[in-house]
Amino acid sequence: MKQKKRWYDYLWIASLTYLILGFFNILFAWLELLCFFIPLLIAVIKGNKAYCNKYCGRGQLFSLVGGRFGLSRKKDVPQWIKSAYFRYGFLIFFFTMFFLMLWNTYLVFAGARDLRTTVTLLWTFKLPWHWAYHGTLFSDGVAQFAFGFYSVMLTSTVLGFVTMLLFKPRSWCVYCPMGTMTQLICKAKHTFSSRE
Amino acid sequence: MAKRKATINQKQCVACGCCMKVCPRGAIAIPNGVCAQVDKGLCVGCGLCARECPASVIALEEVAE
Ligand code: SF4
Ligand code: SF4
Ligand code: SF4
Repeated sequence: MKQKKRWYDYLWIASLTYLILGFFNILFAWLELLCFFIPLLIAVIKGNKAYCNKYCGRGQLFSLVGGRFGLSRKKDVPQWIKSAYFRYGFLIFFFTMFFLMLWNTYLVFAGARDLRTTVTLLWTFKLPWHWAYHGTLFSDGVAQFAFGFYSVMLTSTVLGFVTMLLFKPRSWCVYCPMGTMTQLICKAKHTFSSRE
Repeated sequence: MAKRKATINQKQCVACGCCMKVCPRGAIAIPNGVCAQVDKGLCVGCGLCARECPASVIALEEVAE
């Protein structure tokens, strides 16, 4: 039995469009900031994971490509990926790298460093990406943030893609830092409010 | 005859909601975003959720009637 599609079942189109736009103009990366704040706000204010459960376009993209198009071995993820150590460890690592990226952006804003028009994949590989940069009306820092944020997004997409191929389509959701964090917030909020 | 019902290992559930999306009976909910719960009264043991769960934490267990 097929379930009725709702408008939010098509949000994968937005996720895909976003990734493609970043090839043409890096400044579009700022848009994806929405996918960063919306899940957190829903978790903090509403105390649920409606973002993951309904709206996340990235998760939909993986279930579409891995599930519908079959680009997945559909094997169980190894036990260690599910472990709390790995999930929380990856969350901490991810955010450390994220704040490092913010720091570098700050340095460019402050004029202490020049703009680097590269996208860093998997926190290591610097890919030339200058074609997607056509100048900005604002400070170079605005562009640096876009490059940094797009790097984060591309990295997580690549990781998600690899685990999609190897394991189940949405394996990324097992260790996705946003998912782990929203679940943590929900757990904390729930324990807190049920004690009252 | 014993029936099969979905049982979730809640400790390892990541509350992603994949199971909820595929369940044809709407038997799964994720209250407060903590972890998924199966309404055993609605579950028909089809196993779609177990196949979908990225963390593979759903098992179909026989329950005596
Ligand atoms: S765990 Fe991450 S990728 Fe999966 S639905 Fe949630 S936010 Fe999206
Ligand atoms: S076994 Fe089938 S009916 Fe039962 S919760 Fe899973 S998807 Fe729903
Ligand atoms: S699909 Fe698995 S991990 Fe995700 S909410 Fe359902 S039981 Fe939990």
